[in-house]
Amino acid sequence: MNILVCIKQVPDMEAKFAVAANGVWYDPTDLAWRMNEYDEYGVEQAVQLKEQVAGSDVTVLCIGTDKAKEIMKKALAMGCDRGVHVADDEVFSREPYEIAAIIAEFARDKGFDLVITGMQSQDRGSAQVGLLVAEMLDLPGISTVVGCSLDGDGLALSRELEGGVRAKVRVNLPALFTCQLGLNKPRYPTLPNIMKAKKKELITIAVADLLKVAGRQATTALFVPQKKGGGLVLEGDPAELADKLIGILKEKTTVLS
Amino acid sequence: MKCLLIGEYRQGEMLSSVYELFGFAAGIGAEAALFLVGSEAAVPAADIGVYLADAERYGEYQPQVHQRLIAAAVERYQPDLIVFSHSSYGWDMAPRVAYRLGAAQVSEVVDFVDGEPVAPVCNGKLRRRIALKTARTVLTLQAGAFSAATLPAGSPNIEAVEADEQPRIIFEGYEQAPAADVDLSKAEVIVSAGRGIGKPDNVAMIAELAKKLGGEYGASRPVVDAEWVAHERQVGTTGQTVSPKLYVACGISGAIQHLAGMKKSEFVVAVNTDKDAPIGEVADVLVVADVTQFIPVLSEKLG
Repeated sequence: MNILVCIKQVPDMEAKFAVAANGVWYDPTDLAWRMNEYDEYGVEQAVQLKEQVAGSDVTVLCIGTDKAKEIMKKALAMGCDRGVHVADDEVFSREPYEIAAIIAEFARDKGFDLVITGMQSQDRGSAQVGLLVAEMLDLPGISTVVGCSLDGDGLALSRELEGGVRAKVRVNLPALFTCQLGLNKPRYPTLPNIMKAKKKELITIAVADLLKVAGRQATTALFVPQKKGGGLVLEGDPAELADKLIGILKEKTTVLS
Repeated sequence: MKCLLIGEYRQGEMLSSVYELFGFAAGIGAEAALFLVGSEAAVPAADIGVYLADAERYGEYQPQVHQRLIAAAVERYQPDLIVFSHSSYGWDMAPRVAYRLGAAQVSEVVDFVDGEPVAPVCNGKLRRRIALKTARTVLTLQAGAFSAATLPAGSPNIEAVEADEQPRIIFEGYEQAPAADVDLSKAEVIVSAGRGIGKPDNVAMIAELAKKLGGEYGASRPVVDAEWVAHERQVGTTGQTVSPKLYVACGISGAIQHLAGMKKSEFVVAVNTDKDAPIGEVADVLVVADVTQFIPVLSEKLG
């Protein structure tokens, strides 16, 4: 099975974010960066499928600045065979339609049986790229996948809906799916695999060679939302905080009476 | 301005989230019509225009086919905005429809200011305003961001829509999560664990506090995905929706999917090291502290 898995580098969401000088995105300095969590499930699923189907090959693709190679090395250490880095210093201003067009342009003539993406990125959270790639490549696309197994020459997939309900879907290859959290248990790269990954092919393509469309939207302003209300904020020593909180609960609720 | 509002139909019923779409359209002063792959019986008895495709014929989940049906309704109604809920159906269909129509799409819209949508970034810690460059735009709306509307009394004006498209996937049916042994919806107190508890061993201190308060413990999604806590205890969109007298969120940052499951709680206490965590928006009291230091002290004082 010839698999393409697409990953993105995002900041750790626990960070304190500040608006960048350009006013339309967050300031990338002083942030800790990691692989988009949804994409980790994608890499793991690609590698699991490779382990199940002899002769499989997994290409990992990432659009980003030079720094994005950090997460590509992790994906290679998790078991991807080769990396394609699409070098793009303007990646933060690209909207989902442009990102999808770059991926589709790369994938178009490569004969991938399966394309895997995260269902969304943690920073932009648009949940569009994977399904747009499916449209552009004319592949059946299934989103929000929490279960994946081989089924004859196709895949049996579970889509997560609301309230604990899942939809069971079967699809023939070639196809594309997008990963929801909890699809599998992403492995930690072992030291020998980290060493091996250093020898794997990692090519770089300039974004200009793949981006043939114009964006359909642009962010005009990024801002910190105004706090709507929020309640009382308590700070201090844990023992004092506990006393204060118990006092408040006695006064405002009936659970301690 | 005209909005085509895309309803959702699951297991024979239209989901009530559609009323928030009507609320959005009314809020921006737009004319609106409903699109639904469903049944006539599921259409609200109200004075609205409806483009209806038959779910018996086209399936409740057949995205390629639904894409063509929505495109057919767009062709007839000529809307400026095609509006979905940001849900498992909406975020799945919206990009397909946007692509088909050559339209821009903005996801999880929380506000609409002077013709420009506003959407969250980084788990709601930031927001952005977006300028659109296409004649039509596809939007998905964050659940709860727009108030549900009451529809005008009367009877619907239904037009059937049809499409001639073959499915490309096989929909094999729904799978219901096994019934939970723990019914969080009945608990008067829920103490929930989030990623901020640090490690699986610390679930015990959350359970201990829940017991001291005479309630149950729950968890946010990351903790359930990591298998520190069973799925039946998950609070949020994909788990249980709860409204206890007291909800204590421990180390939970407050992703929208979690907030949607607990924001109807009567009193909310959040324990978090991050003063700016989104959970603070719904908390009556935010205790700025490390869960692992604070919770044991609190439990001890409760005797």
